[in-house]
Amino acid sequence: MSPFEARASPAHLRVTFRVLGWKMKARVTVTLKSGILDPQGKAIEGALKSLGVDGVASVRQGKVFDIEISGSDKARAEAALKDAADKLLANTVIENYRVEVLS
Amino acid sequence: MKSAVLVFPGINRERDMARALRLASGHEPAMVWHAETLLPKGTDLVVVPGGFSYGDYLRCGAIAARAPVMDAVRAFAGSGGLVLGVCNGFQILCEAGLLPGVLMRNARLKFICHDVHLRVERSDTPFTRGYNAGQIIRVPVAHGEGNYEADEETLKRLEGEGRVLYRYCSADGVVDENSNINGAAQSIAGIVNAGGNVLGMMPHPENHVEDIMGCTDGRGLFAGLVAHLERAA
Repeated sequence: MSPFEARASPAHLRVTFRVLGWKMKARVTVTLKSGILDPQGKAIEGALKSLGVDGVASVRQGKVFDIEISGSDKARAEAALKDAADKLLANTVIENYRVEVLS
Repeated sequence: MKSAVLVFPGINRERDMARALRLASGHEPAMVWHAETLLPKGTDLVVVPGGFSYGDYLRCGAIAARAPVMDAVRAFAGSGGLVLGVCNGFQILCEAGLLPGVLMRNARLKFICHDVHLRVERSDTPFTRGYNAGQIIRVPVAHGEGNYEADEETLKRLEGEGRVLYRYCSADGVVDENSNINGAAQSIAGIVNAGGNVLGMMPHPENHVEDIMGCTDGRGLFAGLVAHLERAA
């Protein structure tokens, strides 16, 4: 049996799942700070209005990141997500972010 | 002038840049892969070229700004080394925190690819000494996110400290809304950091350096850098 086969054996996977398998679902939402011009949001707003969608007053676009975090420590997950947002996911010069651990 | 051109996946202007640097200085620049942690010994100038690093994913320049080589660039800039970022390179330098502000989507949402005129605001910097203050030059742009924005305080500081080196203008030097191709704050096309040793600019001076390109207005920037480094040596 090759080392690869040994590693991929069902018994091994079951053990791995039991040890590392717990994952939390999390979401980071990044939005433009108010006052920052959002030409993309404006274009979407224009398109919605021209489609006749009722009552659209304004649109601001942003980004959503769905992230799985291994482990079950919620506080630790939140800290890691904040770190991720500060370091990469958001440009805090122009963007705000919100972190949620969903389950 | 020993220059180092950074190479990230998705960059596509690194060879144009290397050619311009070679023509200006007579030396072959080093091409430095993004995963390197050191710059070549004796580097005088680091250039972050244009292109679409990492496919512009997340935000233009965001992922490249966190590449291993950028720590070396940060240290190099911190000790006064000259750094030039063009187009995506400008975006990368902003994302890396080496320059203030951010490059947003062009105000009219279109990718702009044509020649523009720039007014050189001053000639007493390493990046502009090949020109006269107030000189109008013609160079190409090619970008979708070149709309420079910063908070009011930062803009005031940039203007007050004379850190706007290049501004979009008309062929006869008028800076107004019509000549401001991408809606940038104060028609900003290029700025330097507080130390004056890091320049970011959206236009491509490296694409106007030979007669066959139809214009050689970009030469001044490279010739100026060579002259600056020769005098410093």
